[in-house]
Amino acid sequence: MKNCKRNPGWLSLVALLLVGCLLSLPSVAQPDQSQTADAKRELMQSLPGVTSDYWRNVEGGSSGTTTSNSPGADTLIMVEGEAWREWRNNWISPGGLIALGGSAVTILLFYLLVGSIKLDHARTGRKVERWKRLDRAIHWYVASLFIILGLTGLMLLYAKWFLQPILPGGVWAAFMTASKNIHNYLGPLFALGLLAMIIKWMHHNWLTLVDLKWFAKGGGLVGKGHPSAGYLNGGEKAWFWLVTFVGLTVVVSGLIVDFPNFGQSRETMQTTLLIHSIAALILMAASFGHIYIGTAGTEGAFEGMKTGYVDEAWAKQHHDLWYEEVKDQAIGEAELQALKTGEPAPADAKS
Amino acid sequence: MARMKFLCDSERCIECNGCVTACKNANETEWGIQRRRVVTLDDGEVGSEVSISVACMHCSDAPCMAVCPTDCFYPTEEGLILHNKDLCIGCGYCLYACPFGAPQFPKQGALGARGKMDKCTFCAGGPEEDPALEEQKYGANRLKDGKLPLCAEMCSTKALLAGDAQEISDIFRERVVYRGHEDGGWGSLNKEPGLTDLAQQAAELATDAARS
Repeated sequence: MKNCKRNPGWLSLVALLLVGCLLSLPSVAQPDQSQTADAKRELMQSLPGVTSDYWRNVEGGSSGTTTSNSPGADTLIMVEGEAWREWRNNWISPGGLIALGGSAVTILLFYLLVGSIKLDHARTGRKVERWKRLDRAIHWYVASLFIILGLTGLMLLYAKWFLQPILPGGVWAAFMTASKNIHNYLGPLFALGLLAMIIKWMHHNWLTLVDLKWFAKGGGLVGKGHPSAGYLNGGEKAWFWLVTFVGLTVVVSGLIVDFPNFGQSRETMQTTLLIHSIAALILMAASFGHIYIGTAGTEGAFEGMKTGYVDEAWAKQHHDLWYEEVKDQAIGEAELQALKTGEPAPADAKS
Repeated sequence: MARMKFLCDSERCIECNGCVTACKNANETEWGIQRRRVVTLDDGEVGSEVSISVACMHCSDAPCMAVCPTDCFYPTEEGLILHNKDLCIGCGYCLYACPFGAPQFPKQGALGARGKMDKCTFCAGGPEEDPALEEQKYGANRLKDGKLPLCAEMCSTKALLAGDAQEISDIFRERVVYRGHEDGGWGSLNKEPGLTDLAQQAAELATDAARS
């Protein structure tokens, strides 16, 4: 009975709805052509084209629009990142170890098998000036920055493999922060020194026929007798040009990554960082040779860059052509001391 | 242990940037940093415009972690990639390795002064004992309280899902089945691009109804 009572209400509601539908029919029956196209368009807009082609484009690094201002935020997938990681971690990191280790081992073997190059003749005790004060200042300025930058750079690349496990967290953090800041702040100062050195020494370093002959004899390692050399020999010139070209590469790439405030893209930074680390590792591996030859490898060479003067015997043996030019300027030990202290030389010391 | 993941259903995302705002509000990130962003591809092109909300993907083999010189990143038991800001030196390597642009720096100063890297933590905070300090450094730790990231919680269309990878992929799979895709969520190769089965049918129905 209750149901019967309720039925009239239901019926009237259904009837009302039917009337409503009937009233609205004419508008559906007389459609506008642009409206039919819109129905499809609306649906396509709300359920858009997420196809596999679409995702292939995204994987390829396609860009869109976004409200984020972060660099590269408009790209969904930066495909270069993975390649950068692989270059850095799988090639440069082990490659650098091989280059540095290989260089060090080769030098050690050379030292053990051949030993250091001694002076053929006893020292005469008379000195010729080889490097002026400014030359030495530039050399040691560049050299010390090179060593500091080299070490801090190596820490950024390798320290997490051997230092992190043994350092307490706070010390490790401070050490790495210092490494990065020292590297970033001293880098531009190194650039200035390198530039000064290149400009100052370039005129000594043009290759000549003498240098080719020097190379042909392997700098004295091949055949009998020491090859002739001028003020700088072929090997020194080769090192100079290596420092010039590879060094400038390191400096320019370093400056680009050191100043992110100019809005470089991530891709620029990636490529530049790779170039920077490859060039720096080449330079470091080669510098081992330079350091060895300039110190333990050659008797009498280090004093040239330390005091500015070399012994006549050394000059004659390693740079005979230059020695011929400057031998009349050779001075004795007492005279040299006098020069250094700024006092007049004792008369009997002159020869 | 659950493996946490984000999932953005691009057929639902309407580019309202609600997730971006929710994230910014929950984590109070530094000025200029937004851990989440919405990228719209083919913006304004009818039929192919798609919006996707993106933040840190908490990768299984995280590139940021692989290239970090100080090893400041660490994976959690839930599969999240978090980082220790005390160890960050601001070198920017993570930014160069990350495919998704997740790591961001508050500064881009001369001499490589970038400040500490900031990125999405899945609202899981960071390595800091003191909760106040943790919130200040890393933002909200909602996971600790059993809550999901605020971006996904606030998503108006539930396009952005966050949570256990198995569960959210089940939800997404259900949606895909309902939509009538034949081969997965990314659309059908055999169909006209731009129209899913359901959309095709609905469009035809609408056109027919209008013509009759």
